[in-house]
Amino acid sequence: MDKYSPAELQKYLELTPEQFKTMDRETLKSLMDVKVEAQDEIPEQFRNSRDARVNTTEWRYLLLPHQWDDYQKPEYIWQPVGQIKKFNIIPLFVGTLKITLIGLLFAVPLAVGAAIYVSQLARPRIREIAKPAIELLSGIPSVVVGFFALLVMATVLQKIFGYQTRLNAFVAGIALGFAVIPIIFSIAEDALTSVPRTYTQAALALGASRWQTAWQIVLPAALPGVFAATVLGFGRAIGETMIVLMVCSASVMSWSIFDSARSITTTIAAEMAEAVNGGPHYRILFMLGALLFAATFVSNMIGDFVIHRFKNKLEGKR
Amino acid sequence: MTSLTPGTKSRTRNFHSEKFDFASFFFTGLTGLATLFILGILATILINIIVNGWKGFSWHFVSTIPKKDFFDINTTGVLPMIVGTTFRVLVMTIFVIPVGVITAIYLTEYAASNSLITRIIRAAVNNLAGVPSIVFGLFGLGFFINFVGKNLDALFHNPSAVWGQPALIWASLTLAVMTLPVVIVATEESLKAIPPGLREASLALGATKLETILKIVLPQALPGIMTGGILAVSRAAGEVAPILFTGVAYYMASLPTHLSDQFMDLGYHVFVLSTQSPNIEQTRPILYATVLVLLLLTFALNIVAIIIRSNIRRKMRSLH
Repeated sequence: MDKYSPAELQKYLELTPEQFKTMDRETLKSLMDVKVEAQDEIPEQFRNSRDARVNTTEWRYLLLPHQWDDYQKPEYIWQPVGQIKKFNIIPLFVGTLKITLIGLLFAVPLAVGAAIYVSQLARPRIREIAKPAIELLSGIPSVVVGFFALLVMATVLQKIFGYQTRLNAFVAGIALGFAVIPIIFSIAEDALTSVPRTYTQAALALGASRWQTAWQIVLPAALPGVFAATVLGFGRAIGETMIVLMVCSASVMSWSIFDSARSITTTIAAEMAEAVNGGPHYRILFMLGALLFAATFVSNMIGDFVIHRFKNKLEGKR
Repeated sequence: MTSLTPGTKSRTRNFHSEKFDFASFFFTGLTGLATLFILGILATILINIIVNGWKGFSWHFVSTIPKKDFFDINTTGVLPMIVGTTFRVLVMTIFVIPVGVITAIYLTEYAASNSLITRIIRAAVNNLAGVPSIVFGLFGLGFFINFVGKNLDALFHNPSAVWGQPALIWASLTLAVMTLPVVIVATEESLKAIPPGLREASLALGATKLETILKIVLPQALPGIMTGGILAVSRAAGEVAPILFTGVAYYMASLPTHLSDQFMDLGYHVFVLSTQSPNIEQTRPILYATVLVLLLLTFALNIVAIIIRSNIRRKMRSLH
């Protein structure tokens, strides 16, 4: 205290000169202690920060880019730990969407192709083996698919495509595809098989080949079912947790598929344990869970509605 | 129409031999390849795990309680994880079977088949099946632990949290909510497979509706209910996301003995071993062996369920 001049001391304690003069040395000393203690609560580097004073849980910080201290431009940042907690949820949305879309782009053509083959083109014996085998794929726990993607697939895919980061959204998407394939396959296969046999017989009788029948008659008739399969697959993919949690987790705001990405599910799984019960972080994670629920709820509703109408139409009900 | 089919077939074959249809050949091949690719993935995963997992798999491995450092290949084991997974799944079964079966009985035997309430219940069951597992985890944390558990603690004046913390029972209840649709759908299917003549005969002999359900319908539906239970168990055994915050522990020195204990879990252990190992090359054999144990457990259950189900279907076909 003695190393400051009276003027400096007065400024530091934010006192008027009159107040300063009326105080004795002991009072000043205790005031000083209070001031130092208060400062210790905010670490040094944040003492002059604007961000330390704002409520980072407001909607504009959750949804819009914000120029945080020490950043060059406004950015979307999810960083719920540290002195200034940044809760921008946009990177998580982008991550979820990125991984889900990669997964679906991989899974839908494969699963629908396999469904067409198994239900329309394959010999009965092949069908009897292939169908339960693909459905067995859904019996593999997602943590095992994640483990396989992490240990084996990530290395193989990196060798094939030669990208930088070994664990990225691409690997997670493909692994997610594995988990979604059996669902899309069984719903699409079910829809294709439920197209009345008279359609197929009529087409074949007119001289169409098996493939022409499958592609031009059965698939258009079963299209709502295939669409529903895709929508339900989307619902499953968006909610998948363990695969994405194990394969990639850094929350980077980027649209590149070879960057890491963090999905909503991953964020909840990884951060719930360290979030303070009832605190802002905890509440935002619950909000993310509610959004996830809403997304899957809507996709399930659409899927079920479409399938229901499709089945009724085939049975001749309106 | 049907009588024409054999003739049609032979004519198509002639058509093929006269003019080679390249598009047909190409696309049949392409869809066939898609099927083959999916089967190839399945085979790769299974063979990779079985071949690598077999090396670390031993009686010692499945019967040892590991020390705190379970990354050490010589002293590690998975007994507590097997016990934990088994317990949580058993406790879940105790809750999910009665609720699921009663719901299914209501839906098939009592409720008017197309009334508003039935439709709402069905839509709810369908949606429950599609809810992401991590959301069930959040539900378990928010409802079971922070609401039911904390209130139980307050009710019994527990000095420290007994129920208001992650525990075996909360994990099991969360899983029970999650697998409820599986049990309901499987039970409904088996109830519908019972010929209506059986019910009518029983009612005609003077039995009440309840007696008919308890003594005629339920015994017939038992295999179907069992399938539902087994499918629910095999689904729950591999799930990790719902138990992350509701009861699983990173490490426990002893086996769980009480419903309010935390537990170790096979699936979670796979996650821990593959993401938090100090040296992934050294833990690889343990990891593969653990995955093998988990897969054996879930697949064995799945196969039993498939066999029971196909038996029921056969019986159903012969009865109708």
